[in-house]
Amino acid sequence: MEGLTESFYNTFEAWGLPLFVPQLIVMLAVATAVLIFTAVSVMFMVWWERKISAHIQVRFGPMRVGGWHGWAQSIADGLKLLLKEDIIPAGADRLVFALAPMVVFAASLAAFVIIPFGPGLIAGDLNIGVLFYISISSLTVVGIIMAGWSSNNKYSVLGAIRSAAQAVSYEVPLVLSVIGVIMTVGSMSMTRIVEAQEGMWFVVPQLLGFLIYLTAAIAECNRTPFDIPEAESELVAGFHVEYSGMRFAIFFLAEYANMFVVSAIATTLFLGGWHGPLLPGWLWFLLKTYFIIFVMMWLRWTLARLRVDQLMNLGWKFLLPLALLNMGITGLILVLKDY
Amino acid sequence: MTVTHVVFFLMAAFTVGASLLVVLAKNIVHCAIALVFAFFGVAALFVLLDAEFLAAAQVLLYVGGITILLLFAIMLTSRISAGGVKIMNEQVGISAVVVLAIVGLLAYANLKGFPALVPPLTMADNTASIGKLLLTTYVLPFEVVSLLLLAAMVGAIILARREREKD
Repeated sequence: MEGLTESFYNTFEAWGLPLFVPQLIVMLAVATAVLIFTAVSVMFMVWWERKISAHIQVRFGPMRVGGWHGWAQSIADGLKLLLKEDIIPAGADRLVFALAPMVVFAASLAAFVIIPFGPGLIAGDLNIGVLFYISISSLTVVGIIMAGWSSNNKYSVLGAIRSAAQAVSYEVPLVLSVIGVIMTVGSMSMTRIVEAQEGMWFVVPQLLGFLIYLTAAIAECNRTPFDIPEAESELVAGFHVEYSGMRFAIFFLAEYANMFVVSAIATTLFLGGWHGPLLPGWLWFLLKTYFIIFVMMWLRWTLARLRVDQLMNLGWKFLLPLALLNMGITGLILVLKDY
Repeated sequence: MTVTHVVFFLMAAFTVGASLLVVLAKNIVHCAIALVFAFFGVAALFVLLDAEFLAAAQVLLYVGGITILLLFAIMLTSRISAGGVKIMNEQVGISAVVVLAIVGLLAYANLKGFPALVPPLTMADNTASIGKLLLTTYVLPFEVVSLLLLAAMVGAIILARREREKD
């Protein structure tokens, strides 16, 4: 890859163009590749979730579109959403309303920068890798609040406020659960973290951290049992009530992309990333990531939604102390190991 | 000219534009949302200065924490968000003096050249260096600040509690 971009730069230099032109072209190419991967992956995940939910409820789910088990259902749905009329409610704040889905999607997409799909297969191996994800994911909440407020609808505002409260509460255990891994490795770079799991996956020594991370991550994704921001039975659909067509599709895309990111980071931090026998690294990485996505879907169609107070209690009185405990134990072991 | 220059000018313009919107927007929610983008632009400038940790902390704390609480507070006081608010008050004169002083200071610093203010970076991974410095050389100020924040947190909880008892 390095040599390829290098020769690409040289060609442009020979043409007498400034350096930033080929640099921008490479950036755009990588971004487009990520975007296409996200779109295809999300379409697969939507179909997969419908199939899983159907089988859990003893149904078949989509069976007709495309022939084999309705595999083309998501493509058909996507096309439908693209072709629908773009409706902005009369009382809405037009600019913020239009901007909100983009902010949410940009935040989900930006997180793909630090996902190590395989050895060297990473868009940017930042030395603050994990921290980058944690900080960029907080942008999603801003987008959700923008969507909820600009819709000028009480249900959306309620959904947005709930979402903000939930995200702020669960970000704390999420960050603290990851710290155990960072302490063990001594680096926040995603590549270094995966390399450190050559012998043993961190899910073994950091089991508590993994479970806390998974719980907090599901809450960050606003998925059942933590889906009170969009609880259908009380808030219609939460912050995106007023969204339809393409803009709704972007929210949907962002939600599933977020799920992928969260699972990919769980794979990187706890499940050994690309390590695994026989199969190539990137395939192992995708298999593990989709396994965690499957677990998230499984939980969604098995558990009931928590109440707001239960949600807050779980986050602050249960997960947070446990995460601190995990951090303390990890630190103690690290110190004792040195003696 | 490399891509860094392009990104710098884009982000600088973006930050200035967003900051202007923070001050000049008629709707207070628009101000708060513009503030998010201004903070984000500043974080991007930090990245260009090789201060990745500072950038991440900026986004995490200011975008993810402070502005969200700000938006929260604004949304809960719906009377303000409904109509326009007065964007100028009687302190315009004083602010103008402060702004002029800062512009003068920056211009002076720029003419003098920044080397005295910002020594060139020598370490490879400044995030690790920040961590080490915070827990060795600067451990006392670090702990004092932590204690101060803890006190503020306890204070906030007590204030919130008292209000509930009155109801």
